[in-house]
Amino acid sequence: MPPEAIITTSKLCKTYPGDIKAVIDLDMEVRPGEIYGLLGPNGAGKSTTIGMLTTRVLPTSGSAVVGGVDIVAHPAIAKQVIGVVPQTNTLDRAMTVAENLEFHGRFFGMTTKDSRAATTELLAKVRLLDRKDAPVMALSGGMAQRLMVARAIMHRPQILFLDEPTAGLDPQSRIALWEIVGELHREGQTILLTTHYMEEADQLCQRVAIMDHGRILALDTPAGLKRSVGAERIFTISANGNLDVLAARLASEIPGVVSARRFDGQVIVEVGPAHGVLGSIIASAEGAGAELTDISIAEPTLENVFIQLTGKDLRE
Amino acid sequence: MSNEPTSAPIASRRTLAQLRPAKIAYRRAFIGLLGRDLHLLRKNLKVFLPRTIIQPLLLVFVFTYVFPKIGQGVGGAKGEAAFSTLLVAGVVGLAIIFQGIQAVALPLVQEFGYSKEIEDRVLAPLPTRMVGVQKIVTGTLQSLFAAAIVFPIAAIVPATPVHLKVNLLVLLTLAPLAGWVSASFGLMLGTKVQPQQVPTLFALIVLPLTFLGAIYYPWASLEPVRWLQIAVLVNPLVYMTEGFRACLTQGVDHMSLLVVYPALIGFATLFTWVGVSGFERRVVS
Repeated sequence: MPPEAIITTSKLCKTYPGDIKAVIDLDMEVRPGEIYGLLGPNGAGKSTTIGMLTTRVLPTSGSAVVGGVDIVAHPAIAKQVIGVVPQTNTLDRAMTVAENLEFHGRFFGMTTKDSRAATTELLAKVRLLDRKDAPVMALSGGMAQRLMVARAIMHRPQILFLDEPTAGLDPQSRIALWEIVGELHREGQTILLTTHYMEEADQLCQRVAIMDHGRILALDTPAGLKRSVGAERIFTISANGNLDVLAARLASEIPGVVSARRFDGQVIVEVGPAHGVLGSIIASAEGAGAELTDISIAEPTLENVFIQLTGKDLRE
Repeated sequence: MSNEPTSAPIASRRTLAQLRPAKIAYRRAFIGLLGRDLHLLRKNLKVFLPRTIIQPLLLVFVFTYVFPKIGQGVGGAKGEAAFSTLLVAGVVGLAIIFQGIQAVALPLVQEFGYSKEIEDRVLAPLPTRMVGVQKIVTGTLQSLFAAAIVFPIAAIVPATPVHLKVNLLVLLTLAPLAGWVSASFGLMLGTKVQPQQVPTLFALIVLPLTFLGAIYYPWASLEPVRWLQIAVLVNPLVYMTEGFRACLTQGVDHMSLLVVYPALIGFATLFTWVGVSGFERRVVS
């Protein structure tokens, strides 16, 4: 029996004016202590989902319970148990780094003393203690993001929402943020994050829901999702000539090939447990009169899962 | 994640948030938000004071000090003193209405359109509409503060004596009411105006409001321009300045308080309703 879910949604829908269906019949469960990722391209409905779960977007129909509170019936109460890091920088520009946290604590009912103590503790945690008196305008993108994480967990929310937490960050800041998210996870914080970076979902999340066009298409551990591709290795082939013909030939001629198809100007060949496939591919391609220009071999990624599910890649 | 945590885990010591009863959570959040605004006001007093003082100071200085000194007294030599007196009420009203724009509308336009700070503010654990109401309370307090600053200016600056006769009961009820009108007006504007429309806001709303707000003349004296006298009745500032005239001066024509109070209460209610609803629509989709 899985422990009682912290988030449960049932047939949750959001339709924007103009009959734009952003989220359709969403059923999801987030368990205590896990990092649950919503992976999908821009416009998949991830942010609308977070918007509904954090009371910023009114569901058109369906229900959702977050931290034991029905967010449709009691949005103002639900705000007590959630922490949110939005996509944009929403820090209070008129205040210093420390003041941003201190007043956040006060909004959530902490005494001045408790709020100050928690501020110091959290600034140390997100490595910003030496910047505590700086105006927030002086922070880099990565620092601002870390401060927003500190602010979001200040009132000890039952669930932390991270909406595209590393979008627009440089690689170093991204890793720094991942470390902090990892620490929070080890401390037992339940986290729901959205991302369109498959590495982020793969590295951070215990379970990943792949989302597109307002629906969850698959839900599993990253490893489970990758297994679902049914291949051990993925060959990505660049070649001159008719790629459809090449793909068909590779699929039919070579033992161990699970599937082969043209995608984005290349041929993607998914291969099960088999030996000598690379040689067979080269031979088969030459036999078909195709001139190979590049071959790369990799293990399946969440990107492959997404492509298999939707026929397009995450960047689209 | 292979990296070792560089600070001690805190979740083990910090238990998860337990739900507080709604009323307590709402009250604390409201006070917290108000505390934030007042903290900023205190922190930015050096900016707030000149910003608030300069307009009334210049008005009073030019109209009631410079003009009489250079023989351009408004109202003729005999009327100069009366003019100084009636202008005080107008300047108090002006100081109040300007706070609605400066303390509520302009920051909100920024927060909605540019900084997005408001998106975090509305995650405070209270109903979204109450965040709008809180803005009105902040604006009202700042308006009162601004009005209080104008009195010493009016007492010191004019070349001709100002004869104020203060009706304290009216002042203590009228000033907060005027502040409420101003702040709720500011909330309404703040939720409707886009950042790039701010110059237009000043041209189309603030200027007509102030020039036609019975600041420099009692409303009754507009009698010869009857159409204008009727047209300016849609201007809430008219009722403020007329009310302050009733409350601060003697022997100057003014509207009956029986008109002023209901009109201001009506404006405040309308602006609050439109402003708070507009606020909610802007932040919840």
